[in-house]
Amino acid sequence: MTRLALSGKSRMVARRGTPMAPRTLPDLMVRGLSLSGLLVFWWALAWLKADPMVLPGPWTVLPRLGAEAVSGALWHHLGATLWRVAQAFVAAMSLGLVLGVLMGLLPKLNRWLDPWLVFFLNLPALVVIVLCFLWIGLNETAAIVAVAINKIPLVTAMMREGARALNGQLADMAQVFDMSRMGRLRHILLPQLAPHLAATARSGLSLIWKIVLVVEFLGRGQGVGFKIHLHFQMFDVTMVMVYALSFIVVMLAIEALILQPLEARARHWRGA
Amino acid sequence: MNLQVAIREKRFGAVPVLRDLVFQVAHGEVLAVLGPSGVGKSTLLRIVAGLDTGFDGQIRRAGRLAMVFQEPTLMPWRNALDNLRLTTGVDACEGEAALARVGLAGKGALYPGQLSLGQQRRLSLARAYAAKPDILLLDEPFVSLDAALVDDMLALTESVITEQRPATVFVTHAQAEADRLATRQLVLGSVAAA
Repeated sequence: MTRLALSGKSRMVARRGTPMAPRTLPDLMVRGLSLSGLLVFWWALAWLKADPMVLPGPWTVLPRLGAEAVSGALWHHLGATLWRVAQAFVAAMSLGLVLGVLMGLLPKLNRWLDPWLVFFLNLPALVVIVLCFLWIGLNETAAIVAVAINKIPLVTAMMREGARALNGQLADMAQVFDMSRMGRLRHILLPQLAPHLAATARSGLSLIWKIVLVVEFLGRGQGVGFKIHLHFQMFDVTMVMVYALSFIVVMLAIEALILQPLEARARHWRGA
Repeated sequence: MNLQVAIREKRFGAVPVLRDLVFQVAHGEVLAVLGPSGVGKSTLLRIVAGLDTGFDGQIRRAGRLAMVFQEPTLMPWRNALDNLRLTTGVDACEGEAALARVGLAGKGALYPGQLSLGQQRRLSLARAYAAKPDILLLDEPFVSLDAALVDDMLALTESVITEQRPATVFVTHAQAEADRLATRQLVLGSVAAA
């Protein structure tokens, strides 16, 4: 009987000759372990600092979070912030998508609007928020408009790149075969823009909720930003962390349950 | 006449590409357009297809148009059957029949990325076939294929044209392909600057 030395790769072959896939952990488990690591890191830092006034540990924050949830206050303020995020997100994505695609497809329009885009991209978020509150008033409309204005230029810039990368041959094919406008939009344009839309939505959501918090911090009477402002004035770091953490959890859930599945659906044909 | 072409001039900037080109293609006729690279064959086809409107002249097309491009030009995010259905409006049954016509029976659920280049070309031809065109435009559809596959595709195209009898304009740089498919040939030469 002859024995052959096996390379590392050869050892990955099962007895019947079928290749064995390398063992990898499921994405969900990796995500859970990674976040657990972050929790342990926070725990260790709080333990080392040993001053709950400056850095409360999970053992201090989590019971307060539970109490806030049971009282109903947490849900009320989370809901208010989430509603503002949703409105600003829809407004910014819709307007940014249309503007970006038009600027990407129409070079003449792009020549005229590009300086505006650069101007608004470089306008500090805080300036827009303050001006909206001054011009429109300390109300809900001003809050949503301020957030949307901050985000629209970024969506426009990203969608413009998506529109510039559109496949001209497919557009020609659609024209020759006389596809309807709706057919072209649904089967030619949107599938090509989908990866850009998904990337813009993910980056947009994370940016929008941060700006919403600033808006609430400066001029609203409810929402996570308002609560953070309130507890900041009382130097209650634990409650600041309660509200910040709870909203991060909501955003992680939206990312995992809505945005990632949507993105996977848009890209499913690549893996086919 | 299904197709009437009268081009006085087509320029790219100051450079004239086509000039004084007049021809007609009737139902069932195949006009091969030959000529060296860069002479304007594909430009002519784009004008005929209505994709290039920046020229001096007139094009009259009667009936439905279909085109087989140099590249398969398929929607990679839709499966083979949907590539036919969504572009030509045929139902699933007709789509499957068109796939079977080009030897892709049972491959309707596969995405273009799962097909070989030869199969993608067949799918592109099936799309034109499913459209039941009155005017068929072929833009060097066999370029970069190996000899056996060219022969296979030529036979398939020949049978589709015989069956549906559209007015066909076939751009190619291969004389042998033109001799096999065409009923008439048009050889383009370079245009002298005016």
